[in-house]
Amino acid sequence: MTADLSGLDLGQRIQQKFPDAVVDARPEWTEVRADRLVEVCTFLRDDPELNFQYLSSLTGVDRLDHFEVVYHLLSIGRNQASTLKARCHDHENPEVPSVVSVWRGAHLQERETFDLMGIRFRGHPDLRRVFLWEGFPGHPLRKDWLNFPGGQMAGLERFPGEPGGKLEGRG
Amino acid sequence: MKTEPFVVSFGPQHPSTHGVFRMRLTLDGEQITDLDMVIGYLHRSMEKLAEERSFTQNIPFTDRTDYISAMTGNLAYVLAAEKLCGIEPPERAQWLRVIMSELQRFASHSMAVGFLANDCGAWQTPIMHMLRDREKVLDLFEMACGARLTTNYMRIGGLSRDIPPEFMPAARKLIAELPKRMDEYEDLLLENEIIVIRSRGIGVLPAELAIASSVSGPMLRGSGVAWDIRKADPYAAYDKIDFDICVGTNGDVYDRFLVRLAEMRQSIRILEQALDMIPAGPVHAQIATATVQPEGVPSAPLALRPPAGEAYGRIESPRGELGFYVVSDGGPAPYRFHIRSPSYINLTPLKEMVVGMTVADAVMILGSVDIVLGEVDR
Repeated sequence: MTADLSGLDLGQRIQQKFPDAVVDARPEWTEVRADRLVEVCTFLRDDPELNFQYLSSLTGVDRLDHFEVVYHLLSIGRNQASTLKARCHDHENPEVPSVVSVWRGAHLQERETFDLMGIRFRGHPDLRRVFLWEGFPGHPLRKDWLNFPGGQMAGLERFPGEPGGKLEGRG
Repeated sequence: MKTEPFVVSFGPQHPSTHGVFRMRLTLDGEQITDLDMVIGYLHRSMEKLAEERSFTQNIPFTDRTDYISAMTGNLAYVLAAEKLCGIEPPERAQWLRVIMSELQRFASHSMAVGFLANDCGAWQTPIMHMLRDREKVLDLFEMACGARLTTNYMRIGGLSRDIPPEFMPAARKLIAELPKRMDEYEDLLLENEIIVIRSRGIGVLPAELAIASSVSGPMLRGSGVAWDIRKADPYAAYDKIDFDICVGTNGDVYDRFLVRLAEMRQSIRILEQALDMIPAGPVHAQIATATVQPEGVPSAPLALRPPAGEAYGRIESPRGELGFYVVSDGGPAPYRFHIRSPSYINLTPLKEMVVGMTVADAVMILGSVDIVLGEVDR
């Protein structure tokens, strides 16, 4: 069974090595400062006890006022998994350092995240659009990409016929 | 004599690209010196569409990502959603998930193996033999859920319906004939001179590069890394089943081909056990929901509001690690729905594998990656 390494433990390990890098640690994930990302990732890959030499998945989440980049890490040798996050505060021009130098597997995934979400990965060797063509207007996975008149956003807010009356959820 | 590099646009409409995939190959004579992938011809923006549909309504999308292997797509998504909601499906559903996944793996690998033989010039004969068996697997799917390709069979909390009574005898009959068929294929293909010459030492992917490039599935195992999520992180009922991880040694096209053939044998072995061990009982967990459920028949809830949070569910699909990252904000639709698709990420080291090879080898190498363009482009 792949052990989920708690974000609290992972945060502690990172804190020992880089005292100022951890921003937040929860049982499910650890958030690190974006400007220390490459150092932290290199440490996570090379530390024999953590041994996260495999980047399972890399993606971004639009949190309306900021972007989150989520890294799902895996250690094949120790059979453990953990989740790392980094935050870009500038919602207009989100940018984080690229981790291609740490894990080559980030190459296509960072291009995908750039294409669909518009997060720039500083230091990526070949950051071009991948699914959409050059000149496509905007980045469709952003929550503000398609706003309906009256400030309404695309999305299902409640189930048809569900009691509750007033629309709730994302407005 | 003055020479200059020559750029060949290979695809998107080409039989050996297995879909609409385009490679821009820079050639020096017949040798490839550079590769640029052009993808996105089949991009349907599923991740955005999923943000506007409820958790249950998103299940059909997962059929249409990897349309050669719809059952495993269903399974990966419902596992992630179940993780998010904290739902545990009943035992019978777990076993049926194993049976459907392995039937699907057999069908998917038989296409991969057959098309690889196609790519090296055995025009249509091996693939027709392989499709014969795949048809029988699809007949079983039709029995279980009414559809052959886009199955839409799994639900959050179980399955859409139980298998009909005629399923088990038909499945047993098929499983009894498959080992004979496998002997036949191995006789035909394993030592086939053309396949051996065209695939040995071609497209070598060293284990370190495979791990660093996040490659998964038969490609990773072909490079000699014994990593199989069914063993490492058992889901459904895989922890109760006895089977082996198949690994290669050289990481070339031939090893990936061998790994797939060996995994087809292992799938038969898993199916033999699962058909005997499957218990009786309900196939869907009872979940309290806002919508009306038929009396005494637990079924998939339409109005499902998972608590705010996030979950990443991963399975071993025929192509590798298929993962779904689902973020919920407590609303009826996912806040973020990301597909970690093995076909797409397995293309990461394609350039390293084809540079220095010839155009004819590039066809074989791409065939051995076994991409499904629906899953690459999403």
